[in-house]
Amino acid sequence: MDYVNSERTGQATLPTAIKILIAGGFGVGKTTLVGSVSETKPLRTEEVLSEQGVGVDDISGVEAKSTTTVAMDFGRITISEELVLYLFGTPGQDRFWFVWDELTIGALGAVVLADTRRLADCFPSVDYFERARLPFIVAVNCFENARRYSLDEVRLALDLDPEVPVMLCDARQRQSSKDVLVALVEHVKRQGLTRRPEPVGH
Amino acid sequence: MTMPDEEPVWLDDAAGPVVRPYAVTGGRAKPANSFNVVALVLSTRSAPPSEVGIAPEQAKIIHLCQRPLALAEVAAHLSLPLGTVRVLLDGLIAQGFVQVNDPRQAATLPDDSVFEALINGLRQL
Repeated sequence: MDYVNSERTGQATLPTAIKILIAGGFGVGKTTLVGSVSETKPLRTEEVLSEQGVGVDDISGVEAKSTTTVAMDFGRITISEELVLYLFGTPGQDRFWFVWDELTIGALGAVVLADTRRLADCFPSVDYFERARLPFIVAVNCFENARRYSLDEVRLALDLDPEVPVMLCDARQRQSSKDVLVALVEHVKRQGLTRRPEPVGH
Repeated sequence: MTMPDEEPVWLDDAAGPVVRPYAVTGGRAKPANSFNVVALVLSTRSAPPSEVGIAPEQAKIIHLCQRPLALAEVAAHLSLPLGTVRVLLDGLIAQGFVQVNDPRQAATLPDDSVFEALINGLRQL
């Protein structure tokens, strides 16, 4: 059998990967937004976390480590051959903040999705990104039958800094999700280098 | 159209990976790298080498990454946890079979041209 020369010559130039986080409370539409604007249906990836512990029903006595799996949904938008955008839904459970820390490293910014029926659900996300100094915007996902609050009311309730944009969206609609992402990128650009993301380190 | 489940599912051990990560990585559990989930992986060759011993999952990575894929995409396509793929990449990098660019090293914000490309690209979707 002949061997094919499968070596490539030289180093190829890899595109730039940009990461944007989609955060918010449980059931607020994070994966819906990722899916409505990504080029494929959302993919799922897992981080397995080990924690020391004694397995109660472990009769062998050998395995003293338990593991927890944290799942993240994400999507890809190929902007050009040089630029790829990834959207990562943050895991919802508060006890895994260090997964948020890992996701925040190298992120351009974040969208905090809010549901006016359960506005308090997005407090932890807002608080996290403020402390991480990661630029973010708040997008109020308009659910049917939800009372419409004014954006000023939302801003007040979330105690947001004046420069943080607040907007309405419909995460099911591609155009609306695009508008949200454009608003975030423009916000990050305005923020410039004055705010450098850093892990919060819970 | 039905959307996927709204929230990530918190799987427990019972619903863990089909293949135990240790089995895939030849017993190695800890990666030497800490690649970002969006670190891009590109194969340096068009096919896995036939003359060198290589794990089946590493061969799959070489096939998958004929175009640049993020670490998270590789992990999702192989149905393996991120940490396991990081370990597999250690071996592939050592052998020069893939190149990885890790944006973790780029601590600064992108320059204006990237912002413009991103905004225009999103608008044109």
